[in-house]
Amino acid sequence: MTDSELALKAVALRQRMLRLIHDAGAGHTGGGLSCLDILNVLYNRILRVTPETADDPRRDRYVQSKGHCVEALYAVMADRGYFPDAALDTVGHYQSYYVGHPTRKVRGMEMNTGALGHGLPICLGLALAARMDATGARIFTLLGDGELAEGSNWEAAMAAAHYQLDNLVAILDHNTLQITGRTRDVMSNEPLADKWRAFGWEVRPVDGHDYAALTAALTAPPPAGKPLFILANTVKGKGVSFMENVGKWHHGVPSDAELATALAELAAAGKKLSEAQA
Amino acid sequence: MFTPAAQAMIGQLGLKKGRANLEEFADTLLALATADRNIIAVTSDSRGSGKLAPYGKALPQQIIEVGIAEQNLVGLTAGLAASGKKAFGVSPACFLTARSLEQIKNDVCYSNVPGVLVGISAGVSYGALGSTHHSLHDLAALRAIHNLTIIVPADNFETREAVRFAASATRPVYLRFGKSAMFDLHPAGTKFEAGRAIPLREGRDVAFLATGETVVHALLAAAHLTGQGISARVLSLPTVKPLDTAAVLAAGRECRAVVTVEEHMVHGGLGEAVASTLLEAGLHPKFKIAGLPDEDTVTGAQADIFRHYGISMEGLSATARELLGS
Repeated sequence: MTDSELALKAVALRQRMLRLIHDAGAGHTGGGLSCLDILNVLYNRILRVTPETADDPRRDRYVQSKGHCVEALYAVMADRGYFPDAALDTVGHYQSYYVGHPTRKVRGMEMNTGALGHGLPICLGLALAARMDATGARIFTLLGDGELAEGSNWEAAMAAAHYQLDNLVAILDHNTLQITGRTRDVMSNEPLADKWRAFGWEVRPVDGHDYAALTAALTAPPPAGKPLFILANTVKGKGVSFMENVGKWHHGVPSDAELATALAELAAAGKKLSEAQA
Repeated sequence: MFTPAAQAMIGQLGLKKGRANLEEFADTLLALATADRNIIAVTSDSRGSGKLAPYGKALPQQIIEVGIAEQNLVGLTAGLAASGKKAFGVSPACFLTARSLEQIKNDVCYSNVPGVLVGISAGVSYGALGSTHHSLHDLAALRAIHNLTIIVPADNFETREAVRFAASATRPVYLRFGKSAMFDLHPAGTKFEAGRAIPLREGRDVAFLATGETVVHALLAAAHLTGQGISARVLSLPTVKPLDTAAVLAAGRECRAVVTVEEHMVHGGLGEAVASTLLEAGLHPKFKIAGLPDEDTVTGAQADIFRHYGISMEGLSATARELLGS
């Protein structure tokens, strides 16, 4: 899949995610839009796992530590064929497995996440097991920047370098906003690249909406023995003008009119992309 | 630990002293892991206190040290378990079940991976180190989490069997061990089954339903009471959850009084589990929870603390007599 094909797919995925959140009446809109391009690249280019191999012990694994942005993940995984798109019409419904955070009852989900600061420690276990069994699998997690205030991340960051887990990749969805406001005002975490380097990680800053850059950063192996930290600079609300960098869209749910506007805006962007491709 | 009278009763019952359950755990795990390279121990600077130094020496590829980082210990254990490893996360119960309670709840139990959590030096094993190092909350906290089998062995036999059960379990398990040498309580040929109580003594007046390192005291009390014409039943309940409700209900139906005994606060542990089981079945024998009260725990060694709160032959006998009005 070419970069422009991925970009076109992202338009449809954003539309699906927004419809899902609108219909469910709840969801994490801004963070979903900021991490969607990362998920698009992971699931359509990087991860060596398919719906058919979702139980293969040698598969690559993805654990979404920022579990609240599950709607973006649902959209990407449904598109990839892990479950029928119609399943997403049940998100948040009575007795539906499709809840507001990932659970293993949904095919392809590796772990139940949602409490922050859990994904990286879990991925250490997955990465150590993959190394013990010499499966060659890589283990990926997605962190939020607000999430980095959880101390468990730093316990795991230390241990990942100690155990030289070069099969482990942590991606930071660095959208610089959290529920209360700017992360730098809530609990400043900069300089992030320096911190992760000091913890012994290979750090690669990248535009988190640039498919070629993301692909390159995620593909090139890190130096032997170094876990890989992708500092993906993103825009919260990316792709919908009135949602971009606006705090209230952290878990704002679009009204009927807002949804229509957003979908139309995305459709126009998609049309432009198609024309450019043609 | 024991008064001269209790020691005499130990002699009369012919109880033989074994070793600390922790040591039995470590040796059992080493034997199992030697035969199964999928077994992995995870420690948080706790291999010494977990008696796992010989394990670490023998099987360096099957032990992972995370440093003093219990949250990482449990998350990492869950990740190993999700990858088909039989992972035993080993850490002092006080830290394991408080600091990393959320990881136990979400990463292990909610994700439903077959991780084993091993709370070492549990209860007031650390005695005079003070309450930072006591775990009197763990049974209450963990009982309120779905999808976790909780086992508190009373002696080396129960320990061995519990570790074997945990190693083959397909769902999460919590094991809780103390560090005092334990008396062997069970005759050869005793059957251990997770979820089942083990009868130690028959009786009709009072039933002692005990778990972990308190069971021996209940047994001594029962023998003591027999000498006073009181017939006392003793059940060891290594599995605190799921509770052996049949054995509990039989005790409530057949005995006039029930005394539960545990090395835990009186809130939320074995005693309240037994109480609700009895009440919901319409049974209301005379009832007392022997455990640690809701107060600043008295200072001292485990033996001092037990004696202070009546977890002793004499104390439990007195509790039973009081309930029976004799």
